[in-house]
Amino acid sequence: MSAELFLFWLMGAVCVASAVMVISAKNPVHSVLFLILCFFNAAGLFVLIGAEFLAMVLVVVYVGAVAVLFMFVVMMLDINFVRLREGFIEYLPVGALVGLVLLAELVLVAGTWAFREPVATGVAAVEAVDNTRALGRLLYTEHFLVFQIAGVVLLVAIIGAIALTLRERVGVKRQDVARQVHRRREETLVLERVEPGKGV
Amino acid sequence: MGAIPLGHYLTLAATLFTIGVFGIFLNRKNVIVILMSVELILLAVNINFVAFSVALGDLAGQVFAMFILTVAAAEAAIGLAIVVVYFRNRGSIEVEDINLMRG
Repeated sequence: MSAELFLFWLMGAVCVASAVMVISAKNPVHSVLFLILCFFNAAGLFVLIGAEFLAMVLVVVYVGAVAVLFMFVVMMLDINFVRLREGFIEYLPVGALVGLVLLAELVLVAGTWAFREPVATGVAAVEAVDNTRALGRLLYTEHFLVFQIAGVVLLVAIIGAIALTLRERVGVKRQDVARQVHRRREETLVLERVEPGKGV
Repeated sequence: MGAIPLGHYLTLAATLFTIGVFGIFLNRKNVIVILMSVELILLAVNINFVAFSVALGDLAGQVFAMFILTVAAAEAAIGLAIVVVYFRNRGSIEVEDINLMRG
């Protein structure tokens, strides 16, 4: 067994095991942590296959952003997780049945597929150029419009998430810059002529 | 590709995909774990895309995998925002409680 194959088996096994833990862990915090482990191993698999850029993006986007977001939400919401696990055993048989059937089908498809010799179609990965550079060249030339649309999707996600979670609380004193700027002299300042020795 | 056959990657991706679907079945009440299962499914799809991209020598697969990543991130953000708003309004995130529209 070559070193590459050994690494594949190692990381693949950890990936699958942590994925199983994601869906079966009692504590959702552990689920999120196992999700992070799974993503790290998937990134390792990507490096192994030669897609370094995607591996790094996977770590940055998934582990750095998505998993942290999950962690925030899990810890922020005061949820009774015991109640959420009711029916876990109840759903197990039908879920396992569906899962096994699906897995058998997918593996049969993948296993019986006769792969032809790779033919260079489309844009070939040039050996002399590293993966990141090749991907960037492709992304900024041929797929530029789609790249922009991906940016729009992210913008929509940002605005949507903010608009959904923004709330106006009553009774909270907060700074209103527009009102401060529009304050005029007459509203706030009173000039009094004070007679000497009398006070206001 | 080197020493690892394409079938290995495809089988791994199929396994991850199945685990994701299984997770949705198993955690029918917990929206957060369902969202995590969806992330697992998308990861499996990404692995497939990258494996085929390398095997066929066509980088378009990796470009597509990047767009899937983008959409997955957006989906997670929106989904979790909805979960937070829902929890704020109803005090629970059980899927069975989400029946306001009688769907």
